Amino acid sequence: MTEEEATPKEEAAAEEAPKEEAPAEAEAEAISEAEALRQRFLISAAPHLKSWYSTSKIMYLVVAALLFPTAAAVYFFGFYALTVCAVAIVSAVATEWAVKKIRGRPFIMDGSAVLTGLLLALVLPPTLPLWMVAIGSVFSIAIVKEAFGGLGFNIFNPALGGRAFLMACWLAETTTWVAPMGFSWDAVTTATPLGLSFVPPPDTGMLYGNLFLGNIGGSLGETSVLAILIGGGILLAVGIISWHIPVTYIGTVALLTFIWPGQDPLFHVMAGGVMLGAFFMATDYVTSPITIKGKIIFGIGCGLVTVIVRILGGMPEGVCFSILLMNALTPLIDRYTMTKPLGLKSLKKASSEG
Amino acid sequence: MDIRLKLTGARRGAKVPESKITAASPIEPLPLPEKVIIPMQQHIGAENAPLASRGAEVLTGQKIGESEKFISAPVHATLSGEISGGSVVINPPTGELTKTLAITSDGADKWVELAKAKDPKSLSVKKIIEMVKEAGIVGMGGAAFPTHVKLQPPKDKKIDSVILNGCECEPFVTADHRIMLEYGEQVLSGLNIIRKALAPQNVYIGIEDNKEDAIEHLEELISKSDFARDFKIVPLKSKYPTGAEKTLIEVILGREVPIGGLPMDVGVVVQNVGTAKAIHDTIFEGKPLVERVVTVTGAVKQPKNLLVRIGTPLRNLIEYCGGMEEGANEIILGGPMMGIAHFDLDFPVTKGTSCVLVRESVPVKEQECISCGRCLQVCPMRLMPTLLTKYAKTGRYDACEEAYVNNCVECGSCAYACPARIPIVQYIKVAKKELVKRKATK
Repeated sequence: MTEEEATPKEEAAAEEAPKEEAPAEAEAEAISEAEALRQRFLISAAPHLKSWYSTSKIMYLVVAALLFPTAAAVYFFGFYALTVCAVAIVSAVATEWAVKKIRGRPFIMDGSAVLTGLLLALVLPPTLPLWMVAIGSVFSIAIVKEAFGGLGFNIFNPALGGRAFLMACWLAETTTWVAPMGFSWDAVTTATPLGLSFVPPPDTGMLYGNLFLGNIGGSLGETSVLAILIGGGILLAVGIISWHIPVTYIGTVALLTFIWPGQDPLFHVMAGGVMLGAFFMATDYVTSPITIKGKIIFGIGCGLVTVIVRILGGMPEGVCFSILLMNALTPLIDRYTMTKPLGLKSLKKASSEG
Repeated sequence: MDIRLKLTGARRGAKVPESKITAASPIEPLPLPEKVIIPMQQHIGAENAPLASRGAEVLTGQKIGESEKFISAPVHATLSGEISGGSVVINPPTGELTKTLAITSDGADKWVELAKAKDPKSLSVKKIIEMVKEAGIVGMGGAAFPTHVKLQPPKDKKIDSVILNGCECEPFVTADHRIMLEYGEQVLSGLNIIRKALAPQNVYIGIEDNKEDAIEHLEELISKSDFARDFKIVPLKSKYPTGAEKTLIEVILGREVPIGGLPMDVGVVVQNVGTAKAIHDTIFEGKPLVERVVTVTGAVKQPKNLLVRIGTPLRNLIEYCGGMEEGANEIILGGPMMGIAHFDLDFPVTKGTSCVLVRESVPVKEQECISCGRCLQVCPMRLMPTLLTKYAKTGRYDACEEAYVNNCVECGSCAYACPARIPIVQYIKVAKKELVKRKATK
């Protein structure tokens, strides 16, 4: 509904012109039929048809797909998941409204702030103090998104920018993980699978099972591979995202850890944030390359950095920073992967022949 | 050999709703209007000078506008009667103003003596081209480029293939579809004349597969005819913009028309089915281009396909179709993807008017680009519409040129697919105009 709010420039222009010309007495009969027609008919630019997809529909569809990981988060982390998601979304939308007000721009409820808030919540630990969650949301929207010009102009993924900011401020709190507890306030601290102190269960089958279903410590939305696959699958099926980034990202992680001595590819793909990152973060339109070639480079780069940080770096997880790093490279990738227009080949051939 | 040629492979373009509601409506002749308005320029090229002045008596088919220039096409009176005045209107294909002559009918519709070819079978190429030019025939798919120019390529361009364009990929429009069904013989005969003029090795007829009845009908006519046996019908997957000249050449022949080039640079000439019929009517009946088939559709009470005298005001067409529906607020000349909106009901049907689409338009608000890349996915010319828009918005027209803005065919697929509702084509048109202006001042 938002994208079709009527502020037609053409209509306004068409209506103003005859009014100015009308005589001061302004008898109704004096307005000729031609002028009446000019008021009656719109002049809009071709094409006069528009596809079903609009910005807000796309945003809300992504939010809808994210409801699967969110539902898994609520199932495993109960009240904590609900409060973190609610606080993140409400403060994101409120910040967007306030910043637009300050900037003197219209606030459009296009769903992008809701999406940023929810995404941020899903990459945070369940027991993070709620005031920190709110600060993360404010930073995501006010600094990472709006300070760069708002939707469409931001360089970095707002949710991941917010998470990186929170980690920089409160490292201990943002890396304290709890075991799934359902609807209970009794949180027991645990290590994530990628942490050094993680004690794997004796049975690897059980480890894979827990990772797949999400019955394991970690960020709210990252734990359940199953829920992410359902949500991501929906986005692929309705054409919101293309396969290029998720497949190359996950594929690169799997391949690298497969050839890296002593690493388990299946574990690396399912543990931590690779799945959520590959389907929901790296595919963010604004901050990822626009061409197919660029998307493939982007996905491979994300996978590369993730694995290097995980195995060689000082931090247990590298998804967030890998995507932020590749976000920074996106304009460069776009520049070097421009499409070759139809007819360029034959033009070059003709000029080389003389 | 099989008449149908099979093609495989995916290609770019937008899946637009077809909305061909008049596909089954036979062509009805519109009752002759009391008055017609003949613009002196209805084509791309030089404007004609009027040959008659106010008060003069003219006959139907009499030439009333002509130009010395090569790229031009004369215009003819489409009613008999008196020249009753003139004014100025916009020529849809170019957007420039052009003079008009109005003819008030004497009600008799007296024709000039029609000079048909004495022996159409053995006409010389020169004579064909002369007759086509005299008849004022232009590309009737909408671009309205003078046909005689396309029939005489420069000597160094060898034409090996002619493609008859029966795609009609624009939603709503069914004029070409009905022409193929009801005037199939004339279309094939016109195509045969085109073949005589250009002497290509191959003749293709490209039709979208949503017009299976037209494909079958032409197939049957070809198998029965004595001259058209080697015409190949190519059924094409319905996807906008198949009927765009360069796209059609790429799809059928796999050839890329060079940037800034013409189809003849890759040995191809494309002609529309309506044009082929007009060529037949000229050669075999001596008729100049005075009428055409127009689809009147959308928010009118009874959508129809009409045979209309050129110059008939839009008002007559819409009234004959029962008038507009409640809430209709936009009139588009042409299809919804490339058509031009018009507000004046006295505006005349011109040679390039394939459709009058009446619709209820809801104005949309442009939002910021979110770099989703849908415009890249659909662009048949493999351009980067989002990039061109960004450059054009900031006045960087040189950057637009470097990104091949002039390769854009303005099909509108990008703006159709854009979720941020950015009028991409409009920005591109502005960039092109600015570049032309800069070149002119240099």
